[in-house]
Amino acid sequence: MADARADILAAVRAALAGVEASVDPAASPPGVAAGPGTLDLFCERVADYRAVVQRCGPEEVAATVAAALPEGDVVVPEGLPVEVEGARVDDGLTALELDAVAAVVTGCAVAVAETGTIVLDHGPGQGRRAISLVPDVHVCVVRADQVVPDVPDALAALDPARPLTWVSGPSATSDIELDRVEGVHGPRTLHVVVVEG
Amino acid sequence: MSRTFVGMPAFPVAARTALADTQLRHNLAHATGVIRDKRARVVAEVDGWEELRLAGAAVKERALHGLDEHLLTLERKLTANGATVHWARDAEEACAVVAQVAKAHGADEVVKVKSMATAEIGLNEALEAEGVAAWETDLAELIVQLGEDLPSHILVPAIHRNRAEIREIFLRRMAVVGRPAPDDLTDEPAVLAAAAREHLREKFLRARVGVSGANFAVAETGTLVVVESEGNGRMCLTLPEVLVSVVGIEKVVPTWGELDPLLRLLPRSSTGERMNPYTSTWSGVTPGDGPQEVHVILLDNGRTRALADEVGRQALRCIRCSACLNVCPVYERVGGHAYGSVYPGPIGAILGPLMRGTGDPQTDSLPYASSLCGACFEVCPVRIDIPEVLVHLRSKVVDAHRDEPVPKPEAVAMRGTGWAFGDAARLGLAERASGLVGRVMGRLGRSSLPGGRRAAGRLPGPGAAWTGARDLPAPPAESFRQWWARTDGGRADGGRTDGERADEGHVEEARDG
Amino acid sequence: MKVALQVTCLNDALFPDVGKAVVTLLRRLGVDVDFPEAQTCCGQPMVNTGYLDEAVPAVRRFVEAFDGYDAVVTPSGSCAGSARHQQRLIAARAGDPALASAVERTSPLVHELSEFLVDVLGVTDVGAYFPHTVTYHPTCHSLRMLGVGDRPRRLLEAVRGLRLRELPAARECCGFGGTFAVKNADTSVAMGSDKARHVRETGAEVLVAGDSSCLVHIGGLLSRQRSGVRTMHLAEVLASTEDRAEAVR
Ligand code: SF4
Repeated sequence: MADARADILAAVRAALAGVEASVDPAASPPGVAAGPGTLDLFCERVADYRAVVQRCGPEEVAATVAAALPEGDVVVPEGLPVEVEGARVDDGLTALELDAVAAVVTGCAVAVAETGTIVLDHGPGQGRRAISLVPDVHVCVVRADQVVPDVPDALAALDPARPLTWVSGPSATSDIELDRVEGVHGPRTLHVVVVEG
Repeated sequence: MSRTFVGMPAFPVAARTALADTQLRHNLAHATGVIRDKRARVVAEVDGWEELRLAGAAVKERALHGLDEHLLTLERKLTANGATVHWARDAEEACAVVAQVAKAHGADEVVKVKSMATAEIGLNEALEAEGVAAWETDLAELIVQLGEDLPSHILVPAIHRNRAEIREIFLRRMAVVGRPAPDDLTDEPAVLAAAAREHLREKFLRARVGVSGANFAVAETGTLVVVESEGNGRMCLTLPEVLVSVVGIEKVVPTWGELDPLLRLLPRSSTGERMNPYTSTWSGVTPGDGPQEVHVILLDNGRTRALADEVGRQALRCIRCSACLNVCPVYERVGGHAYGSVYPGPIGAILGPLMRGTGDPQTDSLPYASSLCGACFEVCPVRIDIPEVLVHLRSKVVDAHRDEPVPKPEAVAMRGTGWAFGDAARLGLAERASGLVGRVMGRLGRSSLPGGRRAAGRLPGPGAAWTGARDLPAPPAESFRQWWARTDGGRADGGRTDGERADEGHVEEARDG
Repeated sequence: MKVALQVTCLNDALFPDVGKAVVTLLRRLGVDVDFPEAQTCCGQPMVNTGYLDEAVPAVRRFVEAFDGYDAVVTPSGSCAGSARHQQRLIAARAGDPALASAVERTSPLVHELSEFLVDVLGVTDVGAYFPHTVTYHPTCHSLRMLGVGDRPRRLLEAVRGLRLRELPAARECCGFGGTFAVKNADTSVAMGSDKARHVRETGAEVLVAGDSSCLVHIGGLLSRQRSGVRTMHLAEVLASTEDRAEAVR
């Protein structure tokens, strides 16, 4: 295998003989600008994916989340700032155990208005990747100050060393006649609770 | 079990078979029509899409031009992040690594998230030969795998299948490899998707080894990126203890920030969405979260050959969005199988010959599988000038045959044409000969063109390819240059430029053809 | 301004009326267009089939023939595209710096007819009269290689008596594609048949386009199908006036 490495690198160098590589990162045009409409845009774009979006004040979060939860077991990550009554705090549940859980409540790291995306970096309040994947309902609490206008802002705010999951609506497929259908392997219901103020 | 593309006929022959399949043409026209409109809508809402395309091209260009350095950085970062990096010159070496990892863990099955690289290297077949079952988990890949079919599209490998056919495949085949489809399965896309969810869930929950590709590999941070829709990718990347990712060396993106134009370009170009449902990124091993053993295979398999081609290397910018397939009028009519490769459509017509090299008849037919209409270039998010590369590859095919003792009839014709075009006098002679033909045809040919111009009906020999379905107007009695010389540009003909000799009786001004 | 007509090899040999129409039209607009008789072809038929060496003589003749003119007008999007975008590659292939610099001089002077009328002469109403129902097919090279945009449409809309019908899926290729039409005849015909069907759907009497090559393909299908729809080059429609109208039934 050491040979493969040397051969490939040699072939790359031979192919590029005489080619100058630019040292500076390529610049990208700015994304949409921040403005008073950013939060509205985010909510609109999330709803476009047929996710449920609700806006509430800080004191209504617990009730809004509770109302969004289906019957059955709920799992939450450690460090979730929202009180979810009766929820089990993840302590390394197996995939099979998670499959028996009806819903998960998490926070997020960043949200993107232009694309209606929430990004989890799986830190405190968000939990391991598996817990927001296997249960069929994902309730995600987004603070208004976590919403950035566009993709470049999100990349700048995120830590690439962490595993990241960018979520834009419920799981979906366009594999049958290129018609979009919501709900395949990931959570079939995405419920976004936006906390303002 | 699954089929491979080896031994496919050359494009024109395969296309003829595909064109005769009316169901296929209907499925393709419908699906490509839907996705074209979706793409056009979401692209139109972006201000400065062209600047974004330029940025996307610039990022990939920079990545390719410094590829050796970026690959070394990527390897270093991945290793520091706890991943194991392998290098594979070809398909065989890459498949061997995956098989070895699976066996080291005693796994007799792996779950796979859709990846062009693993399809390209024939990983499923290689694993099967080693007694390891590879389960495709992307809905379209599942349809292809269960149907013992071949992929026909980069993004939606089962694009050639309609809902009724998919229902039939699920009913017949799911039970053979796992959880059966429910008896009351309908052909509603939502119901079919639900059946796939149930069928695959048991496989996800028990899988110990996951296999993926990567859309991007960020050198600076050692981060792999997988862009997907269904969540099957997240399942494969998260639940197994071991993850093996097969990554073409051209997937490198130098820095984290340079993902920006690409993440904005890809979903809109690909599925016609502002953002795809799920994008996962991981940088090696994360303690306590996801696979604790992570392998990355850096794959060449012809990429360095493509890189060495100065005109063709731009094809390595491709981010596999499939927009070029969806707008291609040739692809729309013949589908993906006719290209005889996992990479169909316009990008396939250049990538195959660039990676494999020209020389066999099937590969050599691919650069000609295009009318050079340019629709692909117009939509490509990384501005690959596919028509330019097609023409370049045609010249490679031609050049490879230059020294043959007996040249092909086409080469003789082209040389003759080139010779005539080298001198106006020679061209004039050729035209006079054709005018003679025209006069004869004018008397004998059938007069079918509206307006009365004589037409050639079905011609024998090489002309048959044209006249099988199309009339051909008979050559006029006088070429333009003859007319110009005879009349001094109409000035000597009473100033007439209306197309007829002054001495001829009837005036037929409109050309019909 | 010294203006030369590049008639194109196809129009020269097969559709001389298109060249005559350009002459008529330009003279009517006060341009005394010249036809340099040394011209042959832009080189595209060879280039697009992969025969680059064979295209070199044609490119040489091209730059020689049009040397010294202020503008070259051609009734073909495809040939204008070839002159502006492909000839420099051929010059590079020939390894001839003199040819390369000649190409650099000539190629920016080459205008497709609608570009010449709208951009150089600054007219959209060319004084034409054409009392027929017409549909317009924008050819791929004029659309995507040159970017002529809506210039041909604006010219047609200004023609008195002309009724323009929208062509469905207008931007889609007709399937001609040079030697593609014979190398991949089945696919070419499948594409052309859809185009011909869309043309028939419009109910137009005449299909108009700016490239004789695409017209000979679509027209060949329309004719074989006995559709009764005739094809005309944009130049021929724009050259028509009341005096000449009765010739066009
Ligand atoms: S060539 Fe361009 S349009 Fe085609 S799949 Fe690749 S990136 Fe997309």
